[in-house]
Amino acid sequence: MIAWLQSRAGLWTAGGFAFLLVLPAILPELMPANQASFWLGNIFGRAIVFGIIAMSLTFLATYGGFVSLAQMSVAGVAGYVVAITVNGAAPSIVGGLAYMTAIPLGIVAAVLAALFVGVVSVRTRDIYLLMITLALAMGFFRFVETNIAWFNGYEGIRNVLGPTVFGLPFRDPHVIYYVSLLLAATLYGGVLYLVRSPFGLVLQGIRDNPRRIAALGYNVALHRVAAFGVAGFIAGCGGVMMTIYNIGISPGSVGLGATINVLIMSVIGGLGHPIGAFIGSLIFAFFDTFAATIYDRNRFNTLIGVVFLAIVLVSPDGVIGLAKRSYAYLKAKSAPQRWDKPT
Amino acid sequence: MTIRVSRRRALQGAGALAVAAATLKAPAIAQNAPIRIGSVATLEGPFATGGQDAYRAMEMLFQAENMTIGGRRIEWIRESSNAQADVALARARKLIEQDNVDFIIGPLSGAEGIALKDYSATLNGKTIINGGSGAADTTLRNPSRNFFRFNTDGTQWMAGLGTYVRRTLNVSEVTIVAGDYAFPYAQVFGFSLEFCRLGGKANYLWAPLGTTDFASQIAQIPRSSGALVVVHGGTDGLAFMTQYAQAGGNLPLIGGSIMADATMMSARGPHRRLMVGMVSGGPVADVIDDPQWNDFVARYKRMPGAFPSPSIHAVNFATNTMAAILALKQVNGDLSGGQAAFQRALQGLKFKAPTGAEVSLDHNRHAISDVFLNRIEERNGQPTTVAFQRATQINQTLGVPEAQFLALGAPSRNNPGCVAAS
Repeated sequence: MIAWLQSRAGLWTAGGFAFLLVLPAILPELMPANQASFWLGNIFGRAIVFGIIAMSLTFLATYGGFVSLAQMSVAGVAGYVVAITVNGAAPSIVGGLAYMTAIPLGIVAAVLAALFVGVVSVRTRDIYLLMITLALAMGFFRFVETNIAWFNGYEGIRNVLGPTVFGLPFRDPHVIYYVSLLLAATLYGGVLYLVRSPFGLVLQGIRDNPRRIAALGYNVALHRVAAFGVAGFIAGCGGVMMTIYNIGISPGSVGLGATINVLIMSVIGGLGHPIGAFIGSLIFAFFDTFAATIYDRNRFNTLIGVVFLAIVLVSPDGVIGLAKRSYAYLKAKSAPQRWDKPT
Repeated sequence: MTIRVSRRRALQGAGALAVAAATLKAPAIAQNAPIRIGSVATLEGPFATGGQDAYRAMEMLFQAENMTIGGRRIEWIRESSNAQADVALARARKLIEQDNVDFIIGPLSGAEGIALKDYSATLNGKTIINGGSGAADTTLRNPSRNFFRFNTDGTQWMAGLGTYVRRTLNVSEVTIVAGDYAFPYAQVFGFSLEFCRLGGKANYLWAPLGTTDFASQIAQIPRSSGALVVVHGGTDGLAFMTQYAQAGGNLPLIGGSIMADATMMSARGPHRRLMVGMVSGGPVADVIDDPQWNDFVARYKRMPGAFPSPSIHAVNFATNTMAAILALKQVNGDLSGGQAAFQRALQGLKFKAPTGAEVSLDHNRHAISDVFLNRIEERNGQPTTVAFQRATQINQTLGVPEAQFLALGAPSRNNPGCVAAS
């Protein structure tokens, strides 16, 4: 841990986290108070919440080689379970539970749903995995859209206001921001730890050569399903936060658009490292909010499309790939005496 | 001594200046500051043309005021959503928190409306006035004190139809074919409530959204039915009507509020024979014999890109925008004091909507207004909806006491509202 903190990656991570911790104090200096709270809750807070869901996809894609489109549905399962069981939601389907019970229940449900996705898709790879997870996601979307008894159909379940944290209501932008930041940091650290553990190493082995790993005596299918379970836990945490952030959940949150948005966040951020999910999510939140202000209101989707296209075109491995290459380029330029050493 | 400025230095300096400029807060000018109005409608997704038409009507009304009310200029900030609740919520948050608007007019569709109602409940001193969304629960259950709706909902739009079928057509049994989702549930509920109260009997056949083959359903229509109530929309409605006409169906037809829309009216085929004479209910028609409506349509037609007749979304947004303008005039543009006076003015409004229908609000801040019974007639070779009767001052519970109405539960396929008079 100490050694890692002294490494360059560790320093960057610790520095970035410290910056995000003091960000709520900096923002009001840069802009009027109401805008600062908007940026805190609805640009940075939102980016972190959706970044958690995108990170579950990045984790699967980077370390397992599985691009799953069902992550938003898994997040939706957690969100719906919380909305169905928690006290105060409207309409009240089951109700009666406190947030302290409903939230763990939602995350457990998400893990089970993710394990199910893993089992169903265990024999597929690449484009076929993409298709089967997309089919599951669309099946879930249509189901919640048409089922009235449990999911209240098209209108969804609203008024999930969230618990009070240390006596503060969840609707305060600071509370949303800090809770999601700490949650994201914990999950992020967890992912970095997990991929260095034997489980994570086997997972990366499966990504590179599943047959060789099987020949070494590991159960490939079991590891794959377990990886989906881990990703389900991450997506479930994100799904609970998303539901509270949106004051409820409706089929639109798990529809095709939302499913693709998570993929876009992961890809523009970069599928090489979990941090890419948060960078992509921040870029997404910024352009999704301000494109209509920057560009023509009737055609702002064009701007969003062009920006994302440009990022992927310039750098197939997203923003973090771009950053890595520019860093290597600058280093090479500022230290010409080291030309003999290839980097 | 010379001052040398490297490019890096210059860039750093420029960056610092930019940050400093952004930091400087603009001095607050209270006197005659503009009234900032935000709006959310769908400029993308399935209702994109409806959203554009809604903004067309709003622009027309603001221009008629010369963009000024009570000496304050109107600053109108338009946002777009795609008919998804989360997107509408994100846009509303941006309008309120980033753009600092005084109030929002919008959104357009049902789930969006419920999401914004919940959001408005978390606000202080801000108001959301509905645009065109028509889900009952936006105002009926857990209403928000900051959310006002001056248009009627899907259940209200069927008011008068049940009575018309039972009394005027003297039909005692109908078959209702409807889509299996929220909006048809609400419409079927409104029809059944009235029809069954008058001793009618209803059979129900539900089909999921996107059904293309209705042959088996058409075969299931009981022979004892005296009329057919069709609550489908768009391509589903077209598919049903085409197959019903091909099967030689000839029962009198009653339509839901989105049956008589552009898809149905402009498509050619065997359904045309059945469409003429179809009776439907709704908040608007192409032809309404009312000077207010004729004047509104004439002004609307002068707007660039206008349709031959304003869409239902344009009329709903216009009704709500008219309410906002009237209330602003009453308080002379004064939105101070947490908008208390403005909200009081909204609550107390009594005015004529573009259709000529009298509008006022109930205690849940939902519209009590008139709805129209329309018949499709052939006019100049074009099928046209003509309002021939008006159900006046319909409230959200269709005249049923609110507690009793709420006890019936939310409309669904298992709860279509067919309860006999007790």
